Amino acid sequence: MADTNLSGSPSQRLGARIWASRTDYLFLVPGMLIFGAFILYPIFASEYFSLLNWSGFDANAKFVGLANYAELLQDSFFWNAFKRSFIFTLSTVPAQMFVSLIFAIILNNKLLKLSALFRTLIFLPVVTPVAVIGIVMTIMLSPFNGPINMGLLDLRLLARPLDFLGDPKLVLWTLAAIYVWKWVGVTMVYWLAALQTVPAELYEACKLDGVKGWQVTLYVVMPMIMPFAIVIALISAISALNVFPLIQSMTQGGPYFASEVMEVYIFRYAFATAGAIPRLGYASAAGVFFGLSIMGLTLLQIFAVRHLRNRERTNAA
Amino acid sequence: MPRDESAAIRQPMISPRARRIVISIILAAICCFWIYPLLWMVSASLKDNAAIFANEGLIPSKPTIANYLRAWKEAHIGAYFFNTVFVTVGSVVIVTISSSMMGYVLGRRRFVGRRLVFALIAFTIFVPQGYTIIPVFDLLTRLGIGQSLWGVMLATCGGSFVIFVLLFAGYFSQIPNELEEAAKMDGVSFIKTFWYVMLPLSKPIVVTVIVMQTLYAWNDFLLPLVVTLANPAIRTLSVGVYAFRGENFIDWGGMTAASTISILPVVILFLFLQRYFIDGLAGAVKG
Repeated sequence: MADTNLSGSPSQRLGARIWASRTDYLFLVPGMLIFGAFILYPIFASEYFSLLNWSGFDANAKFVGLANYAELLQDSFFWNAFKRSFIFTLSTVPAQMFVSLIFAIILNNKLLKLSALFRTLIFLPVVTPVAVIGIVMTIMLSPFNGPINMGLLDLRLLARPLDFLGDPKLVLWTLAAIYVWKWVGVTMVYWLAALQTVPAELYEACKLDGVKGWQVTLYVVMPMIMPFAIVIALISAISALNVFPLIQSMTQGGPYFASEVMEVYIFRYAFATAGAIPRLGYASAAGVFFGLSIMGLTLLQIFAVRHLRNRERTNAA
Repeated sequence: MPRDESAAIRQPMISPRARRIVISIILAAICCFWIYPLLWMVSASLKDNAAIFANEGLIPSKPTIANYLRAWKEAHIGAYFFNTVFVTVGSVVIVTISSSMMGYVLGRRRFVGRRLVFALIAFTIFVPQGYTIIPVFDLLTRLGIGQSLWGVMLATCGGSFVIFVLLFAGYFSQIPNELEEAAKMDGVSFIKTFWYVMLPLSKPIVVTVIVMQTLYAWNDFLLPLVVTLANPAIRTLSVGVYAFRGENFIDWGGMTAASTISILPVVILFLFLQRYFIDGLAGAVKG
């Protein structure tokens, strides 16, 4: 259609093509406004802000070049938070994927009458706001009369109550367990979707060949849903790196910074300054450094996936 | 012949039916354990603080709604509830309309710059919120909505927007051309075709986007926390419940009541829409 105008110069043709698609551009406007203002612009603005010494008032903004980054790299609290973000992610993602996979494999059985009910129950923590989970879990884990400690004491599993959230050695693991509990439902849905791509004939064929239940899962189903595993791992990892709400609502990064992840660190410098001057430039630098690290890892993973897929293709051929 | 053979190999100890019943019972036990914190929350919200500390069983001996009245009044849960509804409904409407329109042209139309838009979207898909929150807050302030619910509502639209656009683009690109062409032949306009033909066809994705954005807006914490730091009157439920805890950590009854109120609407919505939601999401993951 657009090529009817072959007589004009390239720029005229381009102009004509753009004019011909004017309704398309009109349709893009609302979406691009949201995308531009709240996603694209902040990504680039953050980089600019990270070069400023800035408390939030324009008059105070002073260009300092890479000074924020220099300070950041020497700040042991920054590296502490950076490290904890990755520890948290590396411990929650495999646990979450494994538990949800087990649930999905069991609940994928169409003959299981109540499977819709069980799925809903497992999904309930996902629907519960993080701030609410923060409160309920803080109460439940309380060393003074909290139901979990009382229960463990009654069962004689503990000699004295554990301070799950107040003990620097325990706190990050406690938060990781709660995080996994909350989000397993979503990952389970992804796995269920993946399992639906396995054709029913395959199960039939296995039956005829006398392959037993768990062998079918391990040797036939698992290899088929592996490509999904990579995508699911990626989505889970990104959300684990965004763990701010859970931690802020439970420990605010404490005790003694033992649960301070990157976003809590950023929040502390930018917004939770309690009397001190906010350091938006410095906090931006931390955000950019963290964001770029994640993007770097994402790119690495994309290349890894490509590599694996290509290898599969050559193996298949 | 093959039948005999397979029967000989697979000689089950118990019938498959009995096995399913056993699995169901085990699953039921796991699920009870799984949602125990939520059951405990609802139960505690119906007890007075003395009964909660006494650690009696899940069923309250003297149920009371005093906690709910206190939470509603002292924690301003009523006001926060309407703030959250405003933000959620507003952002769901804006996001559903704008992401479906954008997904439609990206998925089905060919125009100059389409690849560029796609590239920009793919580039931003995994950006963490901590990276963008400062400029977003700064932008809202410059627009004069830095301390208003409108600001929270608009900025909340950005949350999962990119994923929604990709969902719509993927779904629309798979719809066959015939319907659209028939509409064109009949002289139906572009906008009407989109609204009356294409959008109804994409109902599973529309429902998925509505549910996901509702969940996101109802749950969102960092943005409303930042925007409402200086203006407690416009707190959302998440932030309100969080602040109530900071002020009354001893009042477990009040806090569990406030928490229960803030999860009820999403739970009810989810129970009604879960079928569409899981199917829609499954379709989207597959596509």
